[in-house]
Amino acid sequence: MFEIRCPYCGPRDEPEFKYGGQAHVAYPADPELLSDEEWARFLFVRDNSRGRYAERWNHAAGCRRWFNVIRDTGTHELVGSYRVGEQPEDAR
Amino acid sequence: MADRAEPLAALQGRINDAAFGGTTLMTVPFVAQVGLRVEPGSAAAGRVETALGLELPEVNRMSESGGRRAIWLAPDEWLVVAADGEERSLVALLEEAIAGEGSVVDLSANRTGLELAGPDARTVLATCCSLDFHPRAFGPGQCAQTLIHKAGVLVEQRGDDRYLLLVRPSFAAYVAEWLLDGMLGLKADAAA
Ligand SMILES: [Zn+2]
Repeated sequence: MFEIRCPYCGPRDEPEFKYGGQAHVAYPADPELLSDEEWARFLFVRDNSRGRYAERWNHAAGCRRWFNVIRDTGTHELVGSYRVGEQPEDAR
Repeated sequence: MADRAEPLAALQGRINDAAFGGTTLMTVPFVAQVGLRVEPGSAAAGRVETALGLELPEVNRMSESGGRRAIWLAPDEWLVVAADGEERSLVALLEEAIAGEGSVVDLSANRTGLELAGPDARTVLATCCSLDFHPRAFGPGQCAQTLIHKAGVLVEQRGDDRYLLLVRPSFAAYVAEWLLDGMLGLKADAAA
């Protein structure tokens, strides 16, 4: 089980959280200009890389806020977490 | 206020019987609870603090004045609790204070209370909740939203060995069963 640091509440056990997929996937500036393939790519395609990965988590059983976590997908190490609006460098 | 059913009435006998060595579980069926959302540090938050006569607490903390308590829920969200029957006056007071800059919602029916108190209260809690309640990590005046197994609870430490758990009425029996399970196990250990 992970111990995840909520940037608001502090460290809590993983069952308090819900996973939200890759972080920093920007909403298209003008979705109507996208082809079906480009739209599907935005909706469904995510990186599946080895190493440090920025992902979203929600503190569902706590403050219910969304935030970001850097997790090493190779080692499962949680490098740090940071608030929405902050950057991966802010992770701690 | 007629026709209200106490969510844990059916378990009352077993809740009473589970007491051991000064550790007790008690139902607190009705608590006035008002959800407050306001930008911390804003003028509206300041007016709320003046109206309640307390400072809106920081993360994982509670502050209290005149029988009313503000419990931290999230960076811009608190639960203001008071004695049963005060919900309307509390809503009116808070609505006037925020003056449209935030939200005030009566949530009194959203959670019911369970109070766990006594020398083994913390040990009972540890049987079903993974949050660290050791005095070095958690003490009187602190609160947390967490889980008792699968059910969400708002835990508030009310004294050295006194905890108030606010849970959704439909999950209250589930939470009470886990607490009773812990109490009966410890009671059996103490008798052995
Ligand atoms: Zn949180």
